[in-house]
Amino acid sequence: MNAAEWPLWEIFVRSKAGLDHKHVGSLHAADAQMAIEMARDVYTRRQEGISIWAVESINIHASNPDDAASFFDPMNDKVYRHPTFYDLPDELKHM
Amino acid sequence: MNKLLLDYILHLADNAFIYGHRLSEWCGHGPALEVDMAITNISLDNIGAARSFYQYAAAVEGDGKTEDSYPYFRDVRAFRNVLLCELPKGNFADTIARSFYFDAYQFHFYTALQKSKDTQLAAIATKSLKEVTYHLRFSSEWVVRLGDGTDESKQKMQQAINTFWEYTGEMFAPSAVENEMIAAGIAPDIAALRSDWEKTMADTLQEATLAYPLQLDGGWFQQGGKTGVHTEYMGFILAEVQYMQKSYPGCDW
Repeated sequence: MNAAEWPLWEIFVRSKAGLDHKHVGSLHAADAQMAIEMARDVYTRRQEGISIWAVESINIHASNPDDAASFFDPMNDKVYRHPTFYDLPDELKHM
Repeated sequence: MNKLLLDYILHLADNAFIYGHRLSEWCGHGPALEVDMAITNISLDNIGAARSFYQYAAAVEGDGKTEDSYPYFRDVRAFRNVLLCELPKGNFADTIARSFYFDAYQFHFYTALQKSKDTQLAAIATKSLKEVTYHLRFSSEWVVRLGDGTDESKQKMQQAINTFWEYTGEMFAPSAVENEMIAAGIAPDIAALRSDWEKTMADTLQEATLAYPLQLDGGWFQQGGKTGVHTEYMGFILAEVQYMQKSYPGCDW
């Protein structure tokens, strides 16, 4: 396929100190191997990270912003779902 | 001051500098945004290596020289790069073919230069090898994609492979300066690198379903760059590179 037909890929990069891959942008590439190498050239040239994930954009499925009212608004008054009501002893670190 | 060592360092510096310059000509003209960035990154890597070599040359020569003294204040006959580096960028297949030939050489060359008795050259080699490993990956993969691509890409890639073949011999033919440096344990034995380079050639060209250009080989090859006898392209390169210094002598940032 020629460059005009290359599919779009979403790129995720994990930084040296990070635990999760963060979405950094997108690019066009012919296949997964090219997508990863291009991501290396485009999204890690300022030492942004040490690991790259590439996902073809058509494989990303997203929630609909119009559903926000029923999807997310109901959470703002359910404080009992947060684990903040326990008294932790001082000896317990990293909770 | 060791004149032979200086000449040798400048050969390494000029190779990287002129090659980096030719790659920089793709800036804004790449076939795709991502490829444009890849090629310009590779250009910068080479110019960075050139800086390291030029800085070392300045330290060896002394006499108030700096890294800028060499790229901006020498004329054509003083440059020591191989002819392959100064050839025009051509179309994308041409650039990939030339890069493939030269990147493969740099890969095997820097691998060997790491063992140099000159610790500064060995250090530059170790750093550059990581970059060049990627350069070779980039150019060889494009040789395969274009060679084993459409009829049009195969035809253009084969033509490019054939065109630059006669310039590859110079990389493995030591000059008088190189022979001295090899005897001193400073330079790698470049003639001995040829078989490794040819293996890289053969493996990639086979995967790319391209014909090996050996049928063009009568043993003769283009040369002269290592002794300052360059192609007509060199003058135009320096006219562009040195324009600012010649128009505004002594200018700086």
